Amino acid sequence: MNIRGLFVLSAAVLVTGCSSIEPWVAPYDRENLADPIMAFTRAPISQDFLDHVFESREGSRGATGGGGGGCGCN
Amino acid sequence: MSNHSPRTRLVSFVITCLAAGAAQAGVLPEDRADALYFRYDGGGVVINGPSVLVRKSIGEHVSVQANHYIDMVSSASIDVKTSASPYDDERTQSSLSLDLLHGKSTYTLGAVKSDESDYLANTLFAGVSHDMFGDLTTIGFGYKRGKNDVFKNVKIDGVKQRDPAFAEQMESQGFNLSVSQIITKNLLLSTQYEVVTDEGFLRSPYRQVRFFIDPFSQGQQFEQYPNTRSSNAASVRAKYFLPYRAAVDAMYRFYTDTWGVIGHTGELGYVHPLDKAWAGGSWIFEGRVRYYTQTAADFYRDIFPRADFANFMARDKELATYNAITAGVSATYEFKIARFPWLSKGSLNLRYDYMTVNYDNFRDATFSLGEFGALPAEPLAPGTEPMYKLNANIIQFFISAYF
Repeated sequence: MNIRGLFVLSAAVLVTGCSSIEPWVAPYDRENLADPIMAFTRAPISQDFLDHVFESREGSRGATGGGGGGCGCN
Repeated sequence: MSNHSPRTRLVSFVITCLAAGAAQAGVLPEDRADALYFRYDGGGVVINGPSVLVRKSIGEHVSVQANHYIDMVSSASIDVKTSASPYDDERTQSSLSLDLLHGKSTYTLGAVKSDESDYLANTLFAGVSHDMFGDLTTIGFGYKRGKNDVFKNVKIDGVKQRDPAFAEQMESQGFNLSVSQIITKNLLLSTQYEVVTDEGFLRSPYRQVRFFIDPFSQGQQFEQYPNTRSSNAASVRAKYFLPYRAAVDAMYRFYTDTWGVIGHTGELGYVHPLDKAWAGGSWIFEGRVRYYTQTAADFYRDIFPRADFANFMARDKELATYNAITAGVSATYEFKIARFPWLSKGSLNLRYDYMTVNYDNFRDATFSLGEFGALPAEPLAPGTEPMYKLNANIIQFFISAYF
């Protein structure tokens, strides 16, 4: 997929996001997701270093960030 | 400098990580400070240094993050042994980023600067992420642009300095899209897609390929790379909260690029906190296994049939066919100090990883070429050397403070 294709896909996702959807996991049901052990990256400084070790020795690159949890728990 | 593209990819990675904070839209990341010491020892290379990371909120809508990182490298790697002299070098990297929270959206802007005696990299990046569907979904976009200056160190009258006749450039652009999703009250899912394009001088100015002069002797010449590279990477990551307060996670990434490299990455992790207090604090243990495999670039060969065999010729082991396994364990001790009420939590962390890499088409040429120009006592014929294998020990110790 090229960059233009990505923009089209992104726009489509945003447009469909305008309709309201009832959250199937209520905010008060997100206690487990808010636990610090559920963070995709618990220690960014450590993960930065370790991923640098991998990135500098491998042909692959990109799409490695934790991406956040999308929890909205606070 | 042993090669170049990793520096570019490091900047790319740092940006991804900095932007990851923005992926948690709607909530600014917590204030914290971390100080890390690391040591990598493997394949004749020792890298150690400190890294300091500080994140601080300014008011309710702005958060600033600064990172300073130093790599002190002492290298007698396999590439260096077969074509150069051992060297010491230092790379310093600084980054600064700003997150701005506005409603359900977080805007991120930042810069990364990396300085090395023969490589300078500057990158700007921007991103936005947005919470939607009752905060079940976070979608994020990011763009980055980097400009790098490539130099070549030489020794003139015994003094290491930049070759005055060598100065090259490369530029990089990237776009990424991420979606994080709450699936159930115990399961999180995160997907990412990233496209990166590089243009300019992409090879190492030092590394050489080797070629047959006849079946029993070989010659060397500098690598020749295309001046563009475009890559696509897509990953999916899931994390699940177990019934007894522990978490498991799994990750898979697919990678492909215009040089013919196809990579697969898989990772499994387990996080286990101890509920019982110990000396007023608590422990968290973590175990992790990572598997990586890739196919070689189209223009990679361990040894070419003759000099100037093709327009593009590479012998970078990063572009070879190989697989790698990394296994790691970590322990975190979290505590509070009554005397420092402004410190909400502190932690001491120790992590150890062991990495082993098995190459399928990168031979250990020291068996034929020797080391640093000195031939082995009984040199093997080129192309008959054993495959190269790399084992590394990686240690990290860091202190974290949350405010």
